Amino acid sequence: MKTEELVKLLATGTEPVDRHAVGRAYGIAILLGLLGAIALLLATLGLRHDLLAATALPMFWGKLAFVAGLGAAGLFVIQRLSRPGAHLDGMPYLLAAPVLVMWAIAAYVLSDTEPTQRMPLLLGETWMRCPWLIAMLSIPAFLAAMNAMRGLAPTRPRLAGAAVGLLAGTVGALVYCLHCPEMGAPFIASWYLLGMLIPVALGGLLGDRLLRW
Amino acid sequence: MKEQGLSNSSEERLRQSLLRGLDGDAAAYRVFLQELASHLRAYFRKRLNRLPDEVEDLVQEALLAIHNQRQTYDANLPLTAWVHAIARYKLVDFLRRRAGKEALNDCIDGTIESDVFASSDYEAAAAHRDLHKLLTQLPDRQRLPIVHTRLEGRSVAETAHLTGMSESAVKVGVHRGLRALAALIRGKT
Repeated sequence: MKTEELVKLLATGTEPVDRHAVGRAYGIAILLGLLGAIALLLATLGLRHDLLAATALPMFWGKLAFVAGLGAAGLFVIQRLSRPGAHLDGMPYLLAAPVLVMWAIAAYVLSDTEPTQRMPLLLGETWMRCPWLIAMLSIPAFLAAMNAMRGLAPTRPRLAGAAVGLLAGTVGALVYCLHCPEMGAPFIASWYLLGMLIPVALGGLLGDRLLRW
Repeated sequence: MKEQGLSNSSEERLRQSLLRGLDGDAAAYRVFLQELASHLRAYFRKRLNRLPDEVEDLVQEALLAIHNQRQTYDANLPLTAWVHAIARYKLVDFLRRRAGKEALNDCIDGTIESDVFASSDYEAAAAHRDLHKLLTQLPDRQRLPIVHTRLEGRSVAETAHLTGMSESAVKVGVHRGLRALAALIRGKT
């Protein structure tokens, strides 16, 4: 086929393109991921029994704000990584900001605590389960966001895969807040972050294989 | 900042054609793809000077990629950056696929970063790959919509009537078929 014929083939009968296709693709992925994670949560772990009472505590919302802030940064970054030629200046700072704020709060809380009580505060009751449960709840969003990314144009497949993992991790952690009884800032700053980093690592590893176009 | 005078005005012209094309203006989109093809040809020829025979195949591959991924163009960003990133991605991907056979890394050198719209004064050579043949490998639900709407110029409604598919299935078939075609090309080279 001559290139001229290919041009004709591609241009003939072309349909209008949705200018917000990238944002929409991830909006749908997040929605599917949330619904999937909530279904998983209800089927396996259940809500925390004191959920209503917990919503009166500032740390409940602080936890949500940390996860949602990281998720918003992740959503911004993933759209950049889906568009060829979009620059990534400032992205590391954007991602680091919510983490640094959470670490600062955790450091303050720890410094304000009796030395003997610091380890229990850091480990909470559930540190061994928490990261894995967050990773499990991120699976629906991981699949949905990876599928969305596959329809777009990542030119840095490893970073793009990691961004998929981050978006999925924040969705999983957000839903996990409905179950998790932990309220200590040091716990959130470490184990929640670790839980969200599991899909990041997985996405980074799979990116090269799954995101070629 | 070399050759900027010409490339800036040609970039803006191309950008307007693309934007109209994205709104569904087929004639403007065709102009965009035609001009883009000659720029891509110049770009790849410059970087594949040891493999001149591969240039046209790569031009077609990049055109197909740009078409399939056109929803990722952000109208607020320069067209050059977007086209260049795709062309570069396709070039590196192409060289990587070939690298199994020969070591060709020396084709990727410093010049890879220079302007994609720098010049376009090359004639199209023949492509080796026959997209018509690749089309026959697609399943009917993708091949027929492409053949009827794109090669024969029929409307979506006519094609739906002709094939017994729904109109949305025809549109989906074209979309998936062109993506499948790109995947076939990647597997073949």
